[in-house]
Amino acid sequence: MKLEDLKKIREKAEKDIVLRDGKSRIKVTVGMGTSGIAAGARETLKAFLEEIEKRGLHDVLVTQAGEKGLSSHEPVVTVSEEGKGQVVYGNVTRDVAVKIVAEHLVNGSPVSANIIEVNK
Amino acid sequence: MKKRLDVLICGGGACLSSHSQDVKNKFIEVLKAKGLTDEINLVETGCMGPCEMGPVMVVYPDGSFYVQLTENDVEPIVEEHFLKGRPYQKKLWAAPEARKIVEEKRQVPFFEKQQKVVLALCGKIDPESVDEYIANRGYEALGKVVTEMTPEAVIEEMLKSGQRGRGGAGFPTGLKWKFGKASEGKQKYIVCNADEGDPGAFMDRAVLEGDPHSVIEGMAIAAYSIGADKGFVYCRAEYPLAIKRLEAALKQARAMGLLGKNIFESGFSFDIEVRMGAGAFVCGEETALMASIEGKRGQPRPKPPFPAQKGLWGHPTVINNVETLAAIRHIILNGADWYASIGTEKSKGTKVFALSGKVVNTGLVEVPMGITLRELLYDIGGGIPNGKKFKAVQTGGPSGGCIPAAHMDTPLDYESLTKLGAIMGSGGVIVLDEDTCMVNVAKFFLEFSVEESCGQCAPCRIGLKQMHDLLEKICEGKGKMEDLDLLESLAHTIKATSLCGLGQTAPNPVLSTMKYFRDEYEAHIKEQRCPAGVCKDLISYVVDESKCIGCTACARTCPVSAISGAPKQKHRIDPSICTRCGSCIVKCPVKAIYIGPGAVKREVESKKLHLEKTL
Ligand SMILES: Cc1cc2nc3c(=O)[nH]c(=O)nc-3n(C[C@H](O)[C@H](O)[C@H](O)COP(=O)(O)O)c2cc1C
Repeated sequence: MKLEDLKKIREKAEKDIVLRDGKSRIKVTVGMGTSGIAAGARETLKAFLEEIEKRGLHDVLVTQAGEKGLSSHEPVVTVSEEGKGQVVYGNVTRDVAVKIVAEHLVNGSPVSANIIEVNK
Repeated sequence: MKKRLDVLICGGGACLSSHSQDVKNKFIEVLKAKGLTDEINLVETGCMGPCEMGPVMVVYPDGSFYVQLTENDVEPIVEEHFLKGRPYQKKLWAAPEARKIVEEKRQVPFFEKQQKVVLALCGKIDPESVDEYIANRGYEALGKVVTEMTPEAVIEEMLKSGQRGRGGAGFPTGLKWKFGKASEGKQKYIVCNADEGDPGAFMDRAVLEGDPHSVIEGMAIAAYSIGADKGFVYCRAEYPLAIKRLEAALKQARAMGLLGKNIFESGFSFDIEVRMGAGAFVCGEETALMASIEGKRGQPRPKPPFPAQKGLWGHPTVINNVETLAAIRHIILNGADWYASIGTEKSKGTKVFALSGKVVNTGLVEVPMGITLRELLYDIGGGIPNGKKFKAVQTGGPSGGCIPAAHMDTPLDYESLTKLGAIMGSGGVIVLDEDTCMVNVAKFFLEFSVEESCGQCAPCRIGLKQMHDLLEKICEGKGKMEDLDLLESLAHTIKATSLCGLGQTAPNPVLSTMKYFRDEYEAHIKEQRCPAGVCKDLISYVVDESKCIGCTACARTCPVSAISGAPKQKHRIDPSICTRCGSCIVKCPVKAIYIGPGAVKREVESKKLHLEKTL
């Protein structure tokens, strides 16, 4: 092994433990209250996890949270970005989730059709 | 699939014995049943520290810290927390003073004042995954050292850091390496002392179980500095998990070329072998340890020659403690100045302490050198349980001494502790409350030393036994005031004339208790009274007849039928039969039984004397 090889292993391995440092660029929070789950939040969550992995976005954190009191818009997803505030999305189906990853997380332009709230 | 949660379950010794493995298996089962295995990462780690609260678990990214888990908690935690994002309040750490539930690990008072360097990865990584170690800059220090630094530069850095050995004596690591390097010899060795014989100390075990690669890396750096190509880890056989994880780590390191020939293509070669010890305390002493590795009887020999001059099989050998070695990589990575900025003028860096005894949060803590005993016991340790009063702490195990309440604000560093007649030792801190008899404590430690003496030199073999017998006499109420002088003079002679550190330090617990608690010794001798109510020959159990309700609970539990009295009648304990086992006190529903004063005891004693005279 050379020093560069160690560096490569480290770069790869770091991504697998990133959760433990609590550091991330973007945080995606999926509302997983009872009504969220009833509206399919589990699938939404899975879609985010798969899509983010596929694109190798290692600085994105996906977590779950309780009800937000927006049951008519479930599944509700919040995207918070360091220094840029929060965007709350409603009716986030699998397809919308995939779109949010591609447009918001990768390109930085929120998916306006599903936005229900923006907090600066 | 990307993992969204890291669930770290403690697999340290204490948590394992409180069944963390069952909890872990239950998680595996429930996660599988709910189809969550792909998105949740379950990791078994080494010791997280708060052993009293085990089994413990931390969930990232939010950092929720769960305590005292059972299999029954698994379903609700998965359902509520992992699925719905609502941490399961019932098993989150609640700070005992305020009964306040703490949502995040870093806000738990136990962790707040700590500064983790050596223990940074214990409880944070999977100890059987070299990748997780590498992700935390593992082996980067070794890479830097062998490709960019000369051995002299490494030693210079170690000298500048001011690090002192954590095995007990506190000898500067850089200086030891310098001697090792300066010694002539084609073959040199590096030895890791993982014997950890002090009762109450378990930091070395925790490091080996929780972060074994850090010890391997430290040994490799030491080996490079002194020019050794072979290392030994000497670990007691009663640490099977530490040995297993170390062996696994060694295998991984070898497979990756981090041990073996031509490491990082630098021309430096090094490998390590594990040797098991049978658990004799004296084998932690460096010369006895080497004899044991050589396959001889584990007995110390006179120094000089020091191991760095003539060690294993006559070759120059540097011996360092586990905790010493585990800190090396941090010194190399962050620099000597960083390390030297932590701690006090003469005691640099952080120290791991093992808190045990009468303290709320027992377990492993790591703090900067120089914090006060008060901070350690109250802010981190959570104080004394059951509303009892603090009496003293015993540091340094059988080689150490005690520190009474008056010195609570002493900074914990090598010099201050030595000045008080206690020592840093390996970092075992045993907390004693008002129910502890200090004469009995001294006797307990001395008993340990008597049993662990190798018997080679007379002062230790015979002298310690004499001291022990004197203490026994005092505890039985048969001591004389002259015995105190005799104890003192024996202690000084043994310290001055013993061959190795065992005898040289074994009298310390007696000297320090005599210094701070002389009144207790005198009460035993002059009044045949044990103020703490511990020494069996000096106490009696008495029924307070005004409180006794005649329920017979005490009489039924008494193993020697010393208690008489019919149902609904007042009960009475016959002191000549009673063995002072204490089981009646626990059973009495109205707290009618108490430990009686000296007068009754004298009666007991005189009976004994009478018997002895007539025999
Ligand atoms: C009786 C006795 C027992 C000892 N037990 C240990 C032990 O269990 N672990 C340890 O590291 N050092 C122990 N030592 C100290 C070692 O002799 C030696 O000083 C130490 O391993 C050096 O490492 P360090 O410089 O890193 O502290 C013991 C010393 C004596 C006299």
